[in-house]
Amino acid sequence: MNLARWRRIRGLIRKEMAQVVRDPSSVLIAFVLPGVLLFLFGYGVSLDATAVKVGVVMESATPEAQSLVAAFRNSPSYEVRVGRDRRDFEEDLVAGNIRGLIVIPATLTESLRRGDAVTAIQVIVDGSEPNTASFVQNYAQGTVANWMVQQSFDVGRSRSIAPRVSTEPRVWFNPEIQSRWFLLPGSIAIIMTIIGTLLTALVVAREWERGTMEALMATPLGTLEFIIGKLTPYYLLGMGSLAVCVVVSVTLFELPFRGSVFVLVLVSSIFLITMLALGLLISTVSKNQFVASQIALVVGFLPSFLLSGFVFEISSMPLPIQTLTRIIPARYFVTCLQTIFLAGDVRSVLVPNTLALVAIGSVLMLLVARKTSRRLD
Amino acid sequence: MPEVLASIQGVSKSFPGSSVPALDNIRGEIRAGEICGLVGADGAGKTTLLRLLAGLMEPSEGRITITGLDSVDDTSAIHERIGYMPQRFGLYEDLTVVENLHLYADLRGVVNEERTEAFERLLRFTDLARFTERLAGALSGGMKQKLGLACALIRKPRLLLLDEPSVGVDPISRRELWKMVGDLVDDGIGVVWSTAYLDEAEQCDTVILLHEGHLVHNGPPDDLTQHVEGRVYLVRGIAEDQRRQVLARSLREEAIIDGVIQGKSLRLLVRVGESLPNLPGTAEVTKPRFEDAFIDSLGGGPGGESALAAGMTAIRSGDGTPVIDATDLTKKFGDFTASDRVSFQVHQGEVFGLLGPNGAGKSTAFKMMCGLLQPTSGRAKVAGLDLKTATSQARSRIGYMAQKFSLYGDLSVRQNLEFFAGIYGLSGARKRSAIERMIETFNLDAYLKTSAALLPLGFKQRLALSCAVMHEPAVLFLDEPTSGVDPLTRREFWNHINGLVEKGVTIMVTTHFMDEAEYCDRIALVFRGRVIASGSPDALKSESIPGREASLEEAFIALIERELGKTEKGAPA
Repeated sequence: MNLARWRRIRGLIRKEMAQVVRDPSSVLIAFVLPGVLLFLFGYGVSLDATAVKVGVVMESATPEAQSLVAAFRNSPSYEVRVGRDRRDFEEDLVAGNIRGLIVIPATLTESLRRGDAVTAIQVIVDGSEPNTASFVQNYAQGTVANWMVQQSFDVGRSRSIAPRVSTEPRVWFNPEIQSRWFLLPGSIAIIMTIIGTLLTALVVAREWERGTMEALMATPLGTLEFIIGKLTPYYLLGMGSLAVCVVVSVTLFELPFRGSVFVLVLVSSIFLITMLALGLLISTVSKNQFVASQIALVVGFLPSFLLSGFVFEISSMPLPIQTLTRIIPARYFVTCLQTIFLAGDVRSVLVPNTLALVAIGSVLMLLVARKTSRRLD
Repeated sequence: MPEVLASIQGVSKSFPGSSVPALDNIRGEIRAGEICGLVGADGAGKTTLLRLLAGLMEPSEGRITITGLDSVDDTSAIHERIGYMPQRFGLYEDLTVVENLHLYADLRGVVNEERTEAFERLLRFTDLARFTERLAGALSGGMKQKLGLACALIRKPRLLLLDEPSVGVDPISRRELWKMVGDLVDDGIGVVWSTAYLDEAEQCDTVILLHEGHLVHNGPPDDLTQHVEGRVYLVRGIAEDQRRQVLARSLREEAIIDGVIQGKSLRLLVRVGESLPNLPGTAEVTKPRFEDAFIDSLGGGPGGESALAAGMTAIRSGDGTPVIDATDLTKKFGDFTASDRVSFQVHQGEVFGLLGPNGAGKSTAFKMMCGLLQPTSGRAKVAGLDLKTATSQARSRIGYMAQKFSLYGDLSVRQNLEFFAGIYGLSGARKRSAIERMIETFNLDAYLKTSAALLPLGFKQRLALSCAVMHEPAVLFLDEPTSGVDPLTRREFWNHINGLVEKGVTIMVTTHFMDEAEYCDRIALVFRGRVIASGSPDALKSESIPGREASLEEAFIALIERELGKTEKGAPA
């Protein structure tokens, strides 16, 4: 690279930095917004179900049935109301006052005595909220299984009533199954998306709106120089806000960090550059700050939020949507971040996901270089 | 013969989606050491031609060479040799003066001692040395323009392209800019200066005159004005209240192809081979202006009839109290005083103009008079109604045409008419007949279904006017009504205004065009939020520069300088 070219890039970067420093909105987007989002996701949003309201129907008040009811009562997951007939709860279930109904049949004690392999306990759930429904279902099963094991020790008749094969759940990486732990890495990805697309989309559109783009184009500044000069400051800004996010997550929210900083920086850089290229592409095409910010929300923020697996599991999406998520860069980055934070540098996960990011980023870069024309027509 | 820097060879440019080419077969040459005026109205194709010269667009046909280099193939090499100042000067308003200079110095590879030297030279040249640490956005219009010029001159270019450098800038800064560009030309730089002000064309060495994408004239301005030599008359001594009738009558004469009001006199252009018909007052041949020649080359003006005024009922004359009465109008935005104790009275059937550069406070005073802005102190009365207490009542007597086109671009012409008829309270048969009359008067039939945004500029102007006058207001406010429009459209527009005045309508306009101010009965000069002088254009001219016939611009400059002298003496040392 010759000296004049380097000087032009440096001049552009210096100018961009001066503008960032003076423009409170860039600083707001880069440092205040991440803070707000982290607090929101860290404290406000939780996908953990605690104190879900359920009804427990005890058809006959045998000691076993009472003991099982007590097991449900003692679980922090439920807020339990007990009745004698399922019809007592039907109205509540319809009105949404309870999320599920656990029916302990009158035959429980009998069935236990006989040592039946299968004891039927009915779980009725409100399917209008599938997440809560499956949660109630799974936890009810877990609670019953636990109770059975305990029961066998207490009564000393383990052989007859304990299930032949017992499962012992152990949760890796997030032993307390706190949703915060996988939400935080995800929200970092969302923050990087916003900084990457929104910030760059606005700054180049602004040059068009204020007529300065035309003045730049009439100077010897080349296309590649323009792109490098525009990307560098916002890359640095984005990495700065990544640092803020990581420090806040690890110290304040006690998110574990099991990977290495080097891998984090590498993967984040690739993702950030991809998103910067997307932002540059948006503003080059729209040339108007308002339109650019709208497009940035629709093609940047929303897909990253909805389709990255950050909140909504990709595996539970319909197949066409699952296929669509493959072109969303945030999908790969969310996986990488969750891995780096919670599991460590797992090569088999990180390498393919990073390669996918590189591929998407290269395509976007190519488009930017092609669209950033030296002419106005 | 000096070196040819730019050669424009049969260049046409069309844009997709437009059936009419923006430029059609333009030819011309720009030489070193000359100012070439690129002259034409908004939409004539000036900016397109400049962008083609700067290599920022490709011509659809023909070619352009800059210092022998092809504008399409050798763009980079051309960018090393030109300086280009786009409209709005290409400045970063959130950077300081010196940061803007550093950026362009970096981009153009001006370094070390060369940079120090260039900054020193340019800051001295533009007199900006005191303001190096000020943000460009906080500079006045004139200073921004100088900084824009400095940025374009950082590496001394062979060819300097300036896109409307003088628009809206106060007359003193405009004069300084001409002087600066004159110095550059003496240094051997070629300059292209685009402008919508026809009087600026007279100061150029050569002119490329464009009208609706066509080349009207290419060569020294005198070559064009020569054609009308001896055919331009100034008719003096007409009674003040007769001027408009005499003008309308003379424009009906076969022998007269153009005429405008110029202060107290009439300026008339006579057809080739004809002589001036008998008119009241005394006529004498006067020195032709570029504008006279432009109208002549377009085949004459639009005539003097106003179908709009013809269909209007005359307004009963009042009791002689002012129709518009402003007393000590003051408007403060924070600690900035946009309008400082502005007072004036306008009587029925008068055309009153507020003349001043952009940012002087014209529009602020104007908006307070229409009840769009609440004054901080002072009183505004229109048609005897106080705008503070009887706002909506007063507004129904007012027609308002906003600066720049303020109609709904996405609505069709008919929808716009219907909407504005509705908000002015017209309904049923009255509404229908008002709309039909406007369509007929302004020949809008062909465009009824066209979106307002896609109309040609002249028709936008007509539609805007018709929306403002549909309810037959007693007072008409026009904010920069004909800035940047071509002289034909402007004459047509003023025909309507003159016709309305004859019907008893009171008119108030703002403008930064000096020659537009000449059409007014009385004007007030606004500078830095204050009225520094007011009176008839002729009175202001003779008062400010006694002893000779000065132009309104010279008068304005003299009055501003007098005002500045006053404040400087008054300020503590």
